[in-house]
Amino acid sequence: MNPEKKFTLRDAVNQGLIAGLITSLISMVGMVELFSKRQLIANLMTTAQVFILLAPALLSYQSARKSAKNNALASGAVTGFFASIPIIVLVLLASAFDLRQFLVNVSPNLISTLTFGQGPVVGSLILVAINTLIGLLAAILHQLDEKIRNPILTGLLWTLLVGMFSEILQERLRAFFGISFTNLIIRSKALQPTVAVILLVGITAIAYFWGQRGASFSERIANQSATQRRNMIIAQRVAFFVLLLAMPLLLGTYLSEVVNNVGIYVLMGLGLNIVVGFAGLLDLGYVAFFAIGAYVMAILTSEGFLGVAQTSFWVALPVSVITAVAAGIFLGTPVLRMRGDYLAIVTLGFGEIIRIMANSDLLKPFIGGAQGVLQIPKPSFFGTSLIQPGQLYYVVLGGVLLAWFVSTRLSNSRLGRQWMAMREDEDVAEAMGINLVNTKLLAFAIGAGFSGLSGAIYASKLTSIFPHSFNLLISINVLSLIIVGGMGSLPGVVIGSLILVGLPELLREFAEFRLWMYGALLIVMMLAKPEGFWPSAITKRELHAHDESIPIEEPAAAD
Amino acid sequence: MPMLEVNNIHTYYGNIHALKGITLTVEQGEIVTLIGANGAGKTTTLRTISALLRPRQGNVLFEGEDLSNIPAHQMVYKGVAMVPEGRGIFSRLTVSENLDMGAFSRKDKDSMGKDLERVFTLFPRLKERRNQVAGTLSGGEQQMLAIGRAMMSHPRLLLLDEPSMGLAPVLVEAIFDTVIAINKEGTTILLVEQNATMALSVAFRGYVLQTGEIVLSDSAQNLSKNEMVQKAYLGME
Ligand SMILES: Nc1ncnc2c1ncn2[C@@H]1O[C@H](COP(=O)(O)OP(=O)(O)O)[C@@H](O)[C@H]1O
Ligand SMILES: [Mg+2]
Repeated sequence: MNPEKKFTLRDAVNQGLIAGLITSLISMVGMVELFSKRQLIANLMTTAQVFILLAPALLSYQSARKSAKNNALASGAVTGFFASIPIIVLVLLASAFDLRQFLVNVSPNLISTLTFGQGPVVGSLILVAINTLIGLLAAILHQLDEKIRNPILTGLLWTLLVGMFSEILQERLRAFFGISFTNLIIRSKALQPTVAVILLVGITAIAYFWGQRGASFSERIANQSATQRRNMIIAQRVAFFVLLLAMPLLLGTYLSEVVNNVGIYVLMGLGLNIVVGFAGLLDLGYVAFFAIGAYVMAILTSEGFLGVAQTSFWVALPVSVITAVAAGIFLGTPVLRMRGDYLAIVTLGFGEIIRIMANSDLLKPFIGGAQGVLQIPKPSFFGTSLIQPGQLYYVVLGGVLLAWFVSTRLSNSRLGRQWMAMREDEDVAEAMGINLVNTKLLAFAIGAGFSGLSGAIYASKLTSIFPHSFNLLISINVLSLIIVGGMGSLPGVVIGSLILVGLPELLREFAEFRLWMYGALLIVMMLAKPEGFWPSAITKRELHAHDESIPIEEPAAAD
Repeated sequence: MPMLEVNNIHTYYGNIHALKGITLTVEQGEIVTLIGANGAGKTTTLRTISALLRPRQGNVLFEGEDLSNIPAHQMVYKGVAMVPEGRGIFSRLTVSENLDMGAFSRKDKDSMGKDLERVFTLFPRLKERRNQVAGTLSGGEQQMLAIGRAMMSHPRLLLLDEPSMGLAPVLVEAIFDTVIAINKEGTTILLVEQNATMALSVAFRGYVLQTGEIVLSDSAQNLSKNEMVQKAYLGME
């Protein structure tokens, strides 16, 4: 961490051992074995192998980065070498004793994956060789000029992604280009080796030339007149919008469903972003408003015996939102005087109260208790019931665009500035003439409204809802995706949702490791990129302020 | 009629009796200082005046109006601005944005430009650094920004809580020079300080606060000659 501190051989060894421990850990919890069935490159590489080599590669890269230039390659190799040690220990232990008594996941299968199917002795040697090689390669990569390194990294990343998602890609390619063409690229859910090479080289080359041209390109943009630039921005927006509209056609049923789930979370995320990101109020019971929106939609539209009105989706939608807003104000009022941790605990309680009430026998005659509400119709649009995910997509998209529009307008408004001041310092904000009561309540109310909207769409998307779908984890998910994306940043909400909701759905093997991954991701984020993947302007400025500011001349003290 | 009248206020933090009957007045155009050791209740007094805390007993009159039931955020509309202890600038915003927030209560956006000019005349340093993130300013500049921001609301009464805290002596002098300049332009000032030497050198009158009670009040000149004050607050034997 400390750049002045000299990076010694011992540090390189430590880095290696840490990498090895990380790999052993993800092996022991069963992740490696699960992913050993997912091939990246046909008959050559599985996702599990990526998982085994990822930590050694990353930490060797770190070693090379931190050590002096003339030692960089050696450091990388040392780190790689020592990364293999803990894994070998695990392999040898597992072949000597039956570790499955304590570590259920250390199966013969795992050991065979770790040793590349070559048995403990030969496998260990291969492990050492491969890890050292990976360490060295990572170090070499680091030593390369940025202009070459970044394109290679881009190429690697995209090839890995394409390989990982080749099953989905296969289905899409078939839909558009037919089976025989697809088989050339992806067969039995894995990339063909030649295609992988072409992809890697191709993407690297494109990234390289793009990097070369990028400078002159941005110069050309800078030289454009204001109207030209505005036209270009408008053209970009229109293109983006058309792409959004055409999305279901490109994505097909399965991916549209995934996108819808991501969209539900984006909608919630945009709401919580107002409460936490803009206004700085830590709300851990955010799921309550989602639940309220969902239940109001369910009760109003259900065709089952719990349905009270059988109204249409479009009538129930605003009612759901208004009810959620009212609940936001209702919750906001008693917690107005609370700050920080206290606010978090009280809102946490509120979230649980709502869930327990939904589950209770008391309200069972009205909202079904644990049996939930069934037979909620899907939304219909001019007589067409939006049954397909590709159709429902437009409802979700509409909600997200609305929330996005409201969020952008608010962040630049007087209210946005009130939130900002309140977030920075409540007392000073009050001294500036800001009414904290109204400011807080508006944040709670608007945030709750978005969440209610999201819940309402969710209910009619699922057609039945149960109390256990509205647990604390949802609040935590939404908060995590905001942190991962970047507090207070709207694009960050989308990025965060894609990573925390979209990825696990695409990689179904992840399901049981979801929380594990959240924890790991959050820790890594806090260490490596605390501002999030797409930080808001203010956060960015804060983190870089110290690089930019001119040294300040203070008049000499005490003379 | 005095501009500010604090009548026998008792303020509590839960069971802690922090102010035990404070009475003080500030006349239009004055600089009045409230000096006292750490923990004497200076900040509590200012926070009670600016309605961030409510006295359990006693009241505060500003220009004859009882402020007891006015919410804290209304104070700035009445013409009272406070520069809190520890400055309380918005450290992630730029200098300009901070000053803009200071004018949040203003309806007349036209004269805002003039006020900004006035602040920049008082603190030329802020003008140079107007696009810098406030958190990266030096301590002295942050104090200037906090005062400048309070001035943006065009207050008639300015409450300053230990503006010299943590600053090098040269900067303390600079800050107190501006306090005098602000006062000359017509703003009344109530100045809370531990640095009694400086405070008494700029103030007209002063009050000495000890464990929640006023123990002395006199003209600044007399106070600096007072034996007890010299011993306790001016570090003289
Ligand atoms: N938030 C608080 N809760 C409880 N006691 C407090 C609080 N703030 C201040 N006090 C107590 O009130 C007394 C006066 O504090 P303060 O007004 O901050 O003094 P000063 O500003 O003169 O240093 C002190 O005894 C202090 O411990
Ligand atoms: Mg104080």
